[in-house]
Amino acid sequence: MLKINNLHASIGDKAILKGINLEVKPGEVHAIMGPNGSGKSTLASVIAGKEDYEVTEGSILLEEEDIEELAAEERAHKGVFLSFQYPVEIPGVSVTNFMKTAINSSRKAKGLEDMPAKDMLKMIREKSELLEIDRKFLSRSLNEGFSGGEKKRNEIFQMAMLEPKLAILDETDSGLDIDALRIVSNGVNKLKSKDNAVIVITHYQRLLDYIVPDFVHVLLNGKIVKSGTKELAHELEAKGYDWIKEEVGA
Amino acid sequence: MSKYTEDDLREELKTKEYEYGFYTDIESETFPNGLNEEIVIAISKKKEEPEWMTAWRLEAFKVWKEMTEPDWANVNYKKPDFQAISYYSAPNNKPKYDSIDEVDPELLATFEKLGISLDEQKKLAGVAMDVVVDSVSVATTFKKTLGEKGIIFMSISEAIKEHPELVKKYLGTVVPQKDNFYAALNSAVFSDGSFCYIPKGVRCPMELSTYFRINQAGTGQFERTLVIADEGSYVSYLEGCTAPSRDENQLHAAVVELIALDDAEIKYSTVQNWFPGNAEGKGGVYNFVTKRGLCEKNAKISWTQVETGSAVTWKYPSCILKGDNSVGEFYSIAVTNNYQQADTGTKMIHLGKNTKSTIISKGISAGKSQNSYRGLVQINSRAENARNFSQCDSLLMGNECGAHTFPYIEAKNKSAMIEHEATTSKIGEDQIFYCNQRGIDTEKAIALIVNGFSKEVLNKLPMEFAVEAQKLLEISLEGSVG
Repeated sequence: MLKINNLHASIGDKAILKGINLEVKPGEVHAIMGPNGSGKSTLASVIAGKEDYEVTEGSILLEEEDIEELAAEERAHKGVFLSFQYPVEIPGVSVTNFMKTAINSSRKAKGLEDMPAKDMLKMIREKSELLEIDRKFLSRSLNEGFSGGEKKRNEIFQMAMLEPKLAILDETDSGLDIDALRIVSNGVNKLKSKDNAVIVITHYQRLLDYIVPDFVHVLLNGKIVKSGTKELAHELEAKGYDWIKEEVGA
Repeated sequence: MSKYTEDDLREELKTKEYEYGFYTDIESETFPNGLNEEIVIAISKKKEEPEWMTAWRLEAFKVWKEMTEPDWANVNYKKPDFQAISYYSAPNNKPKYDSIDEVDPELLATFEKLGISLDEQKKLAGVAMDVVVDSVSVATTFKKTLGEKGIIFMSISEAIKEHPELVKKYLGTVVPQKDNFYAALNSAVFSDGSFCYIPKGVRCPMELSTYFRINQAGTGQFERTLVIADEGSYVSYLEGCTAPSRDENQLHAAVVELIALDDAEIKYSTVQNWFPGNAEGKGGVYNFVTKRGLCEKNAKISWTQVETGSAVTWKYPSCILKGDNSVGEFYSIAVTNNYQQADTGTKMIHLGKNTKSTIISKGISAGKSQNSYRGLVQINSRAENARNFSQCDSLLMGNECGAHTFPYIEAKNKSAMIEHEATTSKIGEDQIFYCNQRGIDTEKAIALIVNGFSKEVLNKLPMEFAVEAQKLLEISLEGSVG
């Protein structure tokens, strides 16, 4: 599904990713953990195609295709989805309208007609039930005046609507209380299939109790310094990151 | 790689071409340049006007001669040479058509380009068209349906001949000849325009539309519109325009007067798309318009405007809330791009008791343009319990444009309640990236954000107009067309 080889990326003169290697297969859930400033969000942004970052070395392959030269929207059309740590507000644009525009943009890129309104409504109904979203919520302006929990739930709703191949959840647990965390995690779990993959970026092990990863990677100073199974996350929770820093001599 | 930065956006905006830039070759009869009493008389004669009308025009001309062009607006432009303008131009043949087959095919082709072919319009149930081409009305539809209700909808030249008592009674009562420089000029030389009268208690069953165009090199356009809603009546009036592309500046100084008698309501919606000049700021229409409405008791006037065109805009659709309990509304979207300059807003003059006004203004500036909101809320000493709510929002695109807000408030009655809110925001790269990540390209993302920003005003437009307005916003702000 996703294959990242020796990825280096920088913003301005500052190198942030310094040789990332990562392979994600269909049906897998990977967790990326690490202290603040280790490059977790940068990695998410670079995969999604944010242009503030310059890839200086290495490659990103999505289903064997190099996507490095593709614009963010083209990557989205190919099934890359990023759940933002800080979702932006777009006043006056309803969640429904935004989703309609997004879905039809992707369809257009694939040479398909707009989705018929009837199908769109049906899909909205199904997915909002899945995520326990009040339908009134969908007519509100995108993220405007949303609570932290509502914003994150809305991100996962969008993920459900867009049915991506690869979903990257960037700190989706931040700002969530325990109930919201449960709802959001349930949503992600229900959307998981043998054909798609999820990368969960988080500080804390807490989220991983709900979305159980197949692999856990520790990102430190722009490199994946340790990989393991979900037990690694528990170890990190108990002991912090310092022991890894010592282990790798960082 | 289609990375979005503000530099790219700026580049993109610069390349925007005027989509409706074309010129129709219809033989015209054009007066020599310049303005004097003889020209004023000649215009009046050409239009076979009665003597009182000629006298009214001459009176206006006399006042205008003594006036100077105002310069208080936040705009810079080369003042037009009023002696270098031709003040009358009419299509060569001007019979009234009963059937569309009789209309000049070239004219029809022009309408096709504008997307407003009469053929289509005829089918567009509920919309009657009074099409003004080059200052003279050449086609009117749906007249019969309106006639059955006693509604008069015709060109003002016709109205002067057929309903002189109404024209005489109301013309210049809201915007007097000496009101301002451009209004005086318009009063002296207005070529044509629309007239509408809704009788007592009648609800006009369809949206009345007029399309204005400027189509003759160097011809100033001086439209005159008079709408009278008699007691307890209702009318929704749509005015929209596109103009051919052209190098030299074209002057447009229209006057619109609305009169809403007791318990009447007038909705007046405008989509304005005059040629804004090219990316270097060359050419474009000067749009100096005086629009004002008078509300009697319990009457209501709503102005809704989407202003995307013109090189220079000077326009303040206003309401005089004379009658008790009368209501005035102003909803505006003003878009400026490249070197466009707009100084627009409204005046709400509260004279009666319990009068209410609402102002919602959305300014969108891009390129090197300057966009100003200028509004006056005036509460007279006798206007007990007057209320006003004003909201002025500005959206900036890029770093080289400007947004300005000049709200004036004069309250002479202690019971007045006046609220004013203002915001300024910028389309951010993070908003664009968010949309991109969801599969929405940058151009569409900008359209989405702009439409969201303008929503409160777009919602006030009649359905068919809202669609056109949304399209115009996109054309005005997006780069590569097509």
